[in-house]
Amino acid sequence: MSILIIPAILSGMMMGAVYALVALGLTLIYGVLHIINFTHGSLLMLALYVVYFLNLQLGLDPYWVIPIVLPLFFILGYCLQRGLIAPMSGGSEQNVLLITLAISLMIDNLALYFWTSNTRSVDIAYAYDTVEIFGALLPFGRVVAFVVALGVAPLVWAFMVFTRTGSAIRAVAIEKRGAELVGIDVNHTYAICFGIGTACVALAACLLLPTFYVTPQVGYTFVLVAFTTVVLGGMGSLPGALLAGLLLGIIESLCGLFLGESLGQIGIFLAFILILFFKPSGLFGKRAGA
Amino acid sequence: MKNTFNRRSLLQGTGALALGVSAPSVLRAQTPIVKVGVLEPLTGNLAYNGTQCAAGAKFAAETINAAGGIKSMGGAKIELVIVDAQSRPEVAASAVDTLVEANVCAFTGATASALGLASSQAAAKYNLAQVFSIGTAETVVSRGLPNVFRFTPGVNKCTSIALDNLKLLNQGAGNVVKTAAIVHEDGPFGSNMAKILTEELPKQGIQIVETIPHPTPHRDFSNIALRVKASKADILIPSNYINEYTLMARALNQQRVELKAIYSILGGAASNIKFVRENNEVAQYVMDCNHWYDPTKAESKALAAKVAAAGLDLTYDVMVSYATIQVIADALERGASADRQKMIASLAASTFDKSIMPYGPTKFVNGDNTSAQPVNTQIRGDKIELVFPKQYASAEAVFPMPVKKN
Repeated sequence: MSILIIPAILSGMMMGAVYALVALGLTLIYGVLHIINFTHGSLLMLALYVVYFLNLQLGLDPYWVIPIVLPLFFILGYCLQRGLIAPMSGGSEQNVLLITLAISLMIDNLALYFWTSNTRSVDIAYAYDTVEIFGALLPFGRVVAFVVALGVAPLVWAFMVFTRTGSAIRAVAIEKRGAELVGIDVNHTYAICFGIGTACVALAACLLLPTFYVTPQVGYTFVLVAFTTVVLGGMGSLPGALLAGLLLGIIESLCGLFLGESLGQIGIFLAFILILFFKPSGLFGKRAGA
Repeated sequence: MKNTFNRRSLLQGTGALALGVSAPSVLRAQTPIVKVGVLEPLTGNLAYNGTQCAAGAKFAAETINAAGGIKSMGGAKIELVIVDAQSRPEVAASAVDTLVEANVCAFTGATASALGLASSQAAAKYNLAQVFSIGTAETVVSRGLPNVFRFTPGVNKCTSIALDNLKLLNQGAGNVVKTAAIVHEDGPFGSNMAKILTEELPKQGIQIVETIPHPTPHRDFSNIALRVKASKADILIPSNYINEYTLMARALNQQRVELKAIYSILGGAASNIKFVRENNEVAQYVMDCNHWYDPTKAESKALAAKVAAAGLDLTYDVMVSYATIQVIADALERGASADRQKMIASLAASTFDKSIMPYGPTKFVNGDNTSAQPVNTQIRGDKIELVFPKQYASAEAVFPMPVKKN
């Protein structure tokens, strides 16, 4: 069993990077809009289908469609927030929860109606390629996802810190009324933020499909772990999401190895409870009122 | 000018008009119709399998109708009443009411045991026969319901025959397989299968070196592949559903796990042409013991051609559903009646031996067709070949599988 520990840790890190990518958009949306976005899993599923059909119909590689899918999902996210969520919620956070849940149910059922519950996966040349690191054979697709996750999280952070739009987003997140008073278009900023979060989930879909499958239910497979990642890392914290994703991946993998795969997820929730017990705001979260 | 429009001519005209209007219905009445229900999950988690089953039933009805329908009933045409079970047992049970209202003589379905258990229980109240296309759980036939007829084999028979066939294959190859790893989903289906295998494999001289349960869904099979690799098992016996089967097969390939065979029993993907198409490299030489038709029969070949022309996948769902409609048609032919009670009696006395399945004459004992048997399939190139038993085989079994070049 001991010879499996290093491969298990590395394999867990690779899976954790996928969790981090999915959680990145979720934590961004929470950090600014202060809403739990129930559409996140459904949007991940929708993005996976878009990548799948682009591959099937046009023969486009899931990695090469990133420049197409990211803007597309940014626009979709922007329109969802501006056209549906904001006007229908009337500013109430409870309403937002219900609306995102309703949108999620509609997307899931439309996917089931149009694409059936048939499992689909892409057949690509490098699907079975591996990269050898410290004697462990890691799937090429997972290594790519890991590298991109390590690159994207600081990029989004830099965008938030060094650009005018990022500053506006942070201003709205901290003090909505104050941001309005200094001339920031709050509704537009909210929609931009939702758009970026949705683009992040689309990026996760592009990196996930080479090693995974798509069905109308696939979003649920990741979104629960993504919520855990967000809370563990600290609500709204981008570095926290990355670190928590990697940590959960390793914990899940090692628990699966030592306790059995059926009990692998126990480790995730045990870590979650322990962190909340000793640091309720999460790894990188700010305390309420801080 | 004399008016010719009198009472007599009015009556004649009205009579002619009434005859003209009623003529089509009179003509229609000359072609009797017998209604047969198809209760399948057309939406929900099992939609793919349910839709395939419904397609199989349609192909069978078309073939029977084109051949003159039910001759003992004046050439009555089979009209299918297709109802969606929505992949939910409670919906499957309530859908039986729809079938009764439509006046079906019997029905087929319902892809998963859980759905079939619910629907057959509901149908028992109406004395309505259900001929199971697929329903492997033994509780399907152990409840003593007189309206239940399972045409295909259950899990006990599938496992028993799978182990017998494995023994023969292994003996033929000089007993090269000495150790086995079992990877199974941790629900009742996979756990029960693993329990039977743990008891039976050592009797064949095959030592179990690793048993790995996993949840459904499961996101990452890397650790499982590593454990199978470390166990140095000769053969892997998986029992899981299509999504996990696909991820597992990929992980085994990526971790360069060298096996002499992957031998599934009622495998989630191993007899699914979609798995072959989308994961062709890792699917090669994977064996399964599952439901499959007799590919040597002319009607089987005709069905394969129709399925291809319709752009559908030729899966075992299509085959078993086709066969169950054949069984119902035979019962109608012998009973010459669409009466529900007579249908139950006619089905119970069935000795039908002309279905597309590789079965002998049908013999229902407590609703279970004792002549039903699974067969061994193997993925070869872009096809699923029947390799065992030899009298139905479309290709020779390759066992053990060739060593992969990594």
